Amino acid sequence: MGNAIFSCCEQKPSVQAELRSESRLTWRVTRLFTNNRRRRKPVRMKRGLQENELKDGGGPSGECKRTLKRLCEPTRERAVEAEGISWEHLPQEILLHVFQYLPLLDRAYASQVCRGWNLAFHMPELWRCFEFELNQPASSYLKATHPELIKQIIKRHSNHLQYVSFKVDSSRESAEAACDILSQLVNCSLKTLGLISTARPSFMELPRSHFISALTVVFINSKSLSSLKIDDTPVDDPSLKVLVANNSDTLKLLKMSSCPHVSPAGILCVADQCHGLRELALNYHLLSDELLIALSSEKHVHLEHLRIDVVSENPGQQFHTIKKSSWDAMVHHSPKFNLVMYFFLYEEEFGPFFQDEIPVTHLYFGRSVSKDVLGRVGLTCPRLVELVVCANGLRPLDEELIRIAQRCTQLSAIGLGECEVSCSAFVEFVKMCGDRLKQLSIMEEVLVPDSRYELDDIHWEVSKHLGRVWFPDMMPTW
Amino acid sequence: MVVNSVHWFRKGLRLHDNPALQEALNGADTVRCVYVLDPWFAGAANVGINRWRFLLEALEDLDCSLKKLNSRLFVVRGQPTDVFPRLFKEWNVTRLTFEYDPEPYGKERDGAIIKMAQEFGVETVVRNSHTLYNLDRIIEMNNNSPPLTFKRFQTIVSRLELPRRPLPAITQQQMDSCQRKIGDNHDQLYSIPSLEELGFRTERLPPAVWRGGESEALDRLSKHLDKKVWVASVEHTRVNKCSLYASPTGLSPYLRFGCLSCRVLYYNLRELYMKLRKRCSPPLSLFGQLLWREFFYTAATNNPNFDRMEGNPICVQIPWDQNPEALAKWAEGRTGFPWIDAIMTQLRQEGWIHHLARHAVACFLTRGDLWISWVSGMKVFEELLLDADWSVNGGSWMWLSCSAFFQQFFHCYCPVGFGRRTDPSGDYIRRYIPILKDFPNRYIYEPWNAPESVQKAANCVVGVDYPKPMVNHAESSRLNIERMKQVYQQLSHYRGLSLLASVPTIQEEAEPPMTDESQTSSGPDSPHRDPGDDAAGGAIVPDSSTSAAPQDEDDHCCRTHRVSAHSPCTSTGSPAPLGCHRSKPSSPSSCHAASPSPSPSTQTSPRRSGGGGARKERRSHRQKARHARESKREVEEERMEEEEEVEDGEERMEEETAGPQQS
Repeated sequence: MGNAIFSCCEQKPSVQAELRSESRLTWRVTRLFTNNRRRRKPVRMKRGLQENELKDGGGPSGECKRTLKRLCEPTRERAVEAEGISWEHLPQEILLHVFQYLPLLDRAYASQVCRGWNLAFHMPELWRCFEFELNQPASSYLKATHPELIKQIIKRHSNHLQYVSFKVDSSRESAEAACDILSQLVNCSLKTLGLISTARPSFMELPRSHFISALTVVFINSKSLSSLKIDDTPVDDPSLKVLVANNSDTLKLLKMSSCPHVSPAGILCVADQCHGLRELALNYHLLSDELLIALSSEKHVHLEHLRIDVVSENPGQQFHTIKKSSWDAMVHHSPKFNLVMYFFLYEEEFGPFFQDEIPVTHLYFGRSVSKDVLGRVGLTCPRLVELVVCANGLRPLDEELIRIAQRCTQLSAIGLGECEVSCSAFVEFVKMCGDRLKQLSIMEEVLVPDSRYELDDIHWEVSKHLGRVWFPDMMPTW
Repeated sequence: MVVNSVHWFRKGLRLHDNPALQEALNGADTVRCVYVLDPWFAGAANVGINRWRFLLEALEDLDCSLKKLNSRLFVVRGQPTDVFPRLFKEWNVTRLTFEYDPEPYGKERDGAIIKMAQEFGVETVVRNSHTLYNLDRIIEMNNNSPPLTFKRFQTIVSRLELPRRPLPAITQQQMDSCQRKIGDNHDQLYSIPSLEELGFRTERLPPAVWRGGESEALDRLSKHLDKKVWVASVEHTRVNKCSLYASPTGLSPYLRFGCLSCRVLYYNLRELYMKLRKRCSPPLSLFGQLLWREFFYTAATNNPNFDRMEGNPICVQIPWDQNPEALAKWAEGRTGFPWIDAIMTQLRQEGWIHHLARHAVACFLTRGDLWISWVSGMKVFEELLLDADWSVNGGSWMWLSCSAFFQQFFHCYCPVGFGRRTDPSGDYIRRYIPILKDFPNRYIYEPWNAPESVQKAANCVVGVDYPKPMVNHAESSRLNIERMKQVYQQLSHYRGLSLLASVPTIQEEAEPPMTDESQTSSGPDSPHRDPGDDAAGGAIVPDSSTSAAPQDEDDHCCRTHRVSAHSPCTSTGSPAPLGCHRSKPSSPSSCHAASPSPSPSTQTSPRRSGGGGARKERRSHRQKARHARESKREVEEERMEEEEEVEDGEERMEEETAGPQQS
């Protein structure tokens, strides 16, 4: 019987099935010690495994399978007779596996069961990832990671941490607390680090030197950082130099939108040295021809994602232009890369944009954009995949959309907010794009009925061309 | 046997289409109409003067109408639980009638009163008339959980029979048969209190823009229908600046207090449409606002935490900022954005704003600019907005803050451009913020951008006479859209669903990290993935695929599959313990059994259980509902194959993803 359970899964079961059965086990184990029903344990465990088998047509695989087998086969039979399984003999691998699915608090409870479980609680594997949530009662509704826990982690597990993020609320105290923790991470080697402001960008309120010294502790001690998210922070050129000096071989992802203290030269230094960089997010003022050339050098791996935020500080700001040849070099080097551009400009600031062809794939207009600019988008963005227009004037965008449908043959997602399109033009647009439009989010108010279509007709017409049921997005009338 | 009836008015402040009142009159020897009001509580409650004034006017109108029928309204001071035992004895009451209140708080209160009445041997009769439909029936038809998308809701409603026809107003004749003499001291004992008695200062109170009461409501109804005739001939009318002002045909506050029956409005619209169009059945869109109201009532009726984020199973937990100072600026119309400030001023002065204006200020407060909790905004509306229903107010705020009722497009209204589109000349702003009246049209929506000379010429220097904008909209909306995406992408439930404008990114190793989940801060179903090295190993998979991802060739099918398998997105997807519920799908009929709540229109005296019991019942009902939701998944998978209806596949999928589910 025991053999039958596992013999039928020679082929590797689907990952999902595996996860399902494992989580089932987890669930049962937790249930067991929370409910404290000793007598029924063995039976439950047995049934649980059988169910797994029956339903998933397979069981756990690999290492886990073998251990499970070792564990369960003899034990179970014995257990059935002896009315009680010896949980303290559960091998560490299994415990580890189970623990990985438990929330920290449950792990902590479990660790009080016996010495073995307590040892398991402290296994390094369980401490690779941690998300510090730093919130103050006055500025957040959410609870914070307990300070005592933070202390314990730094004391016992800081050398195990590899994937760390900080979620910080809008208060300066929280940002400071994050820096304090960062500066204590001296004997660890992080692979990923994320500094995430969940409300206002509170890192910006810290003295720059304080923030920088904390951040560079990580840069210097962690020699293999691969992912770094430091949007909305006072990071600066010298600290990026430290990053490059220590992590240039491993860095793959760097997100630093809205970091006002970084200069184009600072980011160029990163691009020059970090040849493994595959994803980069920054503001337009840091984008330069040199940067694009550096990213498309032969030594450089293919870039996959480049995200540019184009934000104006004050109306009427002048923006520089990027040469078509630089973009061409990028496309030549990384033919599949996504260029994501978020525009938050006043209408009159669009002058330098969309004059030449640009390899943008994802285009987001966060505030009102003119008909004229949208017309240019159709002409200059042949790689466009996704287009979001939050607002436009009162004149319908009919010709512009039709042109985009004609020229942007990759377009597969579009969202329209405060705009207007006549129903006929919209139907025509959908017809031209057909079922390659995977996402079509149009606010109901956008569609202006005309002689051919009423609002009530349009969802049929559009659904027909899309080959699936479609409705415009609605907001509650309230 | 002598029948002494008491009809208890709460909402439903009308004599027309009032089934519970009809029940009170039915074969009764005496009838008294009661309104229970606690003046001490009134002062403390978070309800503004305009709303109280509206209520008192509605009561006066009711009293007035009853006088014409030789009866009176008895306004009894105190709390219902204290008042009724006294009244039962004093008046020798044998029958208590009232309108069914579908809101959780109301249900609990009524449960206690029904129990109390039972102890006194008083029969209770409850009738449903505040909503068009029996909400429990809608929930039942959606496999015992409230529909979480409007489309799904409409589908269900379209399968229901038409709402019950409205009843005529009570007549003199009916009243005469159960007449009793009104005491000489009636005004002394049971008069309608004044605003002063409730603790409000009325010296400089401007006249009401919205006058409360049934008479006014019926008057407006006929004007409303006249306007509809006119509108129907003009076809599509765009929202213009006139829409922003209080209209003499507006009805929403009257529906809120039940001065106007929603069924009366429904049937009037229906008949009008059929007369004009000569088509037999009008589209659901004709009843837009009425149906939205119904939608939110349905979503809220079994959810006592509908008005908060914590413990609310349909609400996404979002790390809103707590910022009392910014909240006050918003509430008092001092944001420095004239469009926002004008709306908030109108709201405070008049008690009503247009629904697009509501969208604008709600978006501004929450996901658009200030990143402040929708709950704070909802409370301000509760104080100021005449038509603020608990359910509709809470639901709309959740909707507009993207906290529930999943939307894939986080579109933010621009506090400058949105208003300008509606009212390019800015007259609306000049009316409510007179200090800005001399600004040229070009700058009226963004006075801070006007050159100094223009500001001086307009006698209003920004930063001195009118506040500077409290945020940089471009910057904050960018940040907030980003944060919103973060929140949604962390919810395993939504992972794999495409959100528009969610930028593709490389799959990071071990992302997201394990959290300190001694708290549930990251959401109702915070994910935790396998953190091991083997997790992604640096594999390049654009996660949270926007449709850009080439492997999403059959996006739709893919999504459906993911959702139904309850293991969305990547191979390292959440192992959600509930997802392993793979036992034989329970039949739909067994789900139905989970909702035994009595139909509101039955005589409830023997069946209803009281306060504590009701709560317990509700809790178990909620658990059952949760269970039902799990099994629904399975049921629907099966049915999906069978069912022919084209429309449903997608809708149901939307539905499944419309609200996070608590495990």
